[in-house]
Amino acid sequence: MTVEQERLIHTKEELLEMYHQMVLIRAFEEKAAEMYTKGKIGGFLHLYSGQEAVGVGFISVLREDDYVVGAYREHGQCIAKGTDPKYVMAELFGKATGVSKGKGGSMHMFNVKKGFLGGHGIVGGGMPLAAGVGLAIKYRKTDQVCVCFFGDGAVNEGAFHEALNVVALWSLPVIYVLENNMYAMGTAVYRASSIPDLIRRASCYDIEREQVDGMDVLAVREVAERAVRKAREDKEPRFVEAITYRFRGHSVADPATYRTKEEVEEWRKRDPILRMENYLKDNRMVTDDDIEATRAEVDARIQEAVDFAESSPFPAPDALYEDVYA
Amino acid sequence: MAQTISYRDALNQALREEMRRDPDVFVIGEDVAEYGGAYKVTEGLLQEFGAERVIDTPISEEAIAGTGIGAAMVGLRPVVEMMTINFALLAMDQIVNHAAKLRYMSGGQLRISAVIRAAEGAGLQLGAQHSQNLESWFVHIPGLKVVAPAVPSDAKGLLKSAIRDNNVIIFLEHEILYNSKGEVPEDEEYLVPLGVAEVKKPGTEVSLISYSRMLTLCMRAAEQLAGAGIDAEVVDVRTLKPLDTATIVNSVRKTHKAIIVEEDWKSVGMGAEITARILEETFDYLDAPVMRLALAEVPMPYSKPLEQLALPSVDEIVSAARQITGRG
Repeated sequence: MTVEQERLIHTKEELLEMYHQMVLIRAFEEKAAEMYTKGKIGGFLHLYSGQEAVGVGFISVLREDDYVVGAYREHGQCIAKGTDPKYVMAELFGKATGVSKGKGGSMHMFNVKKGFLGGHGIVGGGMPLAAGVGLAIKYRKTDQVCVCFFGDGAVNEGAFHEALNVVALWSLPVIYVLENNMYAMGTAVYRASSIPDLIRRASCYDIEREQVDGMDVLAVREVAERAVRKAREDKEPRFVEAITYRFRGHSVADPATYRTKEEVEEWRKRDPILRMENYLKDNRMVTDDDIEATRAEVDARIQEAVDFAESSPFPAPDALYEDVYA
Repeated sequence: MAQTISYRDALNQALREEMRRDPDVFVIGEDVAEYGGAYKVTEGLLQEFGAERVIDTPISEEAIAGTGIGAAMVGLRPVVEMMTINFALLAMDQIVNHAAKLRYMSGGQLRISAVIRAAEGAGLQLGAQHSQNLESWFVHIPGLKVVAPAVPSDAKGLLKSAIRDNNVIIFLEHEILYNSKGEVPEDEEYLVPLGVAEVKKPGTEVSLISYSRMLTLCMRAAEQLAGAGIDAEVVDVRTLKPLDTATIVNSVRKTHKAIIVEEDWKSVGMGAEITARILEETFDYLDAPVMRLALAEVPMPYSKPLEQLALPSVDEIVSAARQITGRG
């Protein structure tokens, strides 16, 4: 089956849903940046703008009872896994109504009921945890899968190698998704990895691997369908490298002087949202008016999220000592 | 009914009973299955429960801890064997940055029920990298509980409680105690509560406060002191976090004198914390400064006489007690 044929299988609703999710996440992130500069959000704020196709494409093929383990650029993934953006925004505001009751913050979003298991701020740290989730799936003999997102910086961590070894050794249904956005904070991949072709860093574990254009949500979805099906049916891990780009700095505080304007402009031309818009228009699934309407609807929803976060209470003092222990 | 069994067998019984009781309990670690455990604590579990529940791992401490904790994130109850506490240093990111914080960071959504077992302690001439006592590293971290039994009955009862607890427990076994014997109840519901110290020997003149192997030295010292007419009380802390300050303070209020005996280093060690609690809560009752007997502040030497010199001894405890009671 060719790529084009496989794409035809998607219903119009599925395509529009992915488009909608990406627009929603972009609007959320851009609003979060604005709220950060207004002093409403503290700490670090790592935005997903530019990378939406990876999270949305992958999560779009998951079931609600499948698991996702993210890293610290995970707001969009938490939303894509079924979290109302208002609870994510409230978390960024440090409010009691946030997904993690205001105690996690940007890097520690959790929505366990929806299978979103964080939100982990140590580079590579989520990878062994995802292997453990895979182990639990195998232990219980269910047909769930666990998708673990991580960045290009993580391939140089020991956790990366230990986790890949055990999921392959024990045949665990974990899909590791490397979001290669070319820079580990400010260090370009070629300055950090002896092999800049990062998919090769996973090559010695005998896990089936694929590389995908992470700026193309349809391509991501196609690879995700294969990877998830394989993991689910054959109880095997998979490894996917998505080549992507973050349009903003590592965090909101980073002016990203290590990248040229030309480079950023080049990548912005490949904006996954514009690309999807063009695809939908070319296939006569949407009109310019529809796009306008979607953006207006999303903007209203994000404004509601901000209003909700703004009007929510901060955690009560008693919350300080709650949930240290069960 | 009570049986006389070793500390090792007591731990093994606890694991078996809890694995029979709860199918969500499983054991994972280096050489826990086919080898039966580096210290033979998990011997026979593979035969009874199979390879799905007794899981041998590569030597990958971060993955061992991480897979256990990850499985606990979705509701299983792993008993993770780190072999020795020295190797747990390779898993500190998973234990400290993840396991201890996941419940709190998730606003209480996650419950991490995990026991991380490790042998610690010195005395077998294993040299500097295999003889450490690192309990204070873990006691420092909110979100962890730390347990260190000294006798077989506590080894069993505390391990069973730890497995049933809904938190992350660092369970420290002393490698020299594995062969030590004692009476252990056969009752499968025999549990020793976490967070409760025990007066192992009542006395009136001086409190010897300790845990793990040093507790056994305190018991011997107390016998010798009794022979010399000094009535020492021996307090077994048993759970290092949460610390049962009340039992310690009550003992000191009775005896007015406290000696803490610990096998870790003195600087920011367990004894420093216990001393601070005594000073904060019952300073006025003290008749003498609190004394601490601890490991010499050196990397553990290999040579036997030097190793013995580094460790607190029964003689040192006896002479400290004589000194603090003014009967030197």
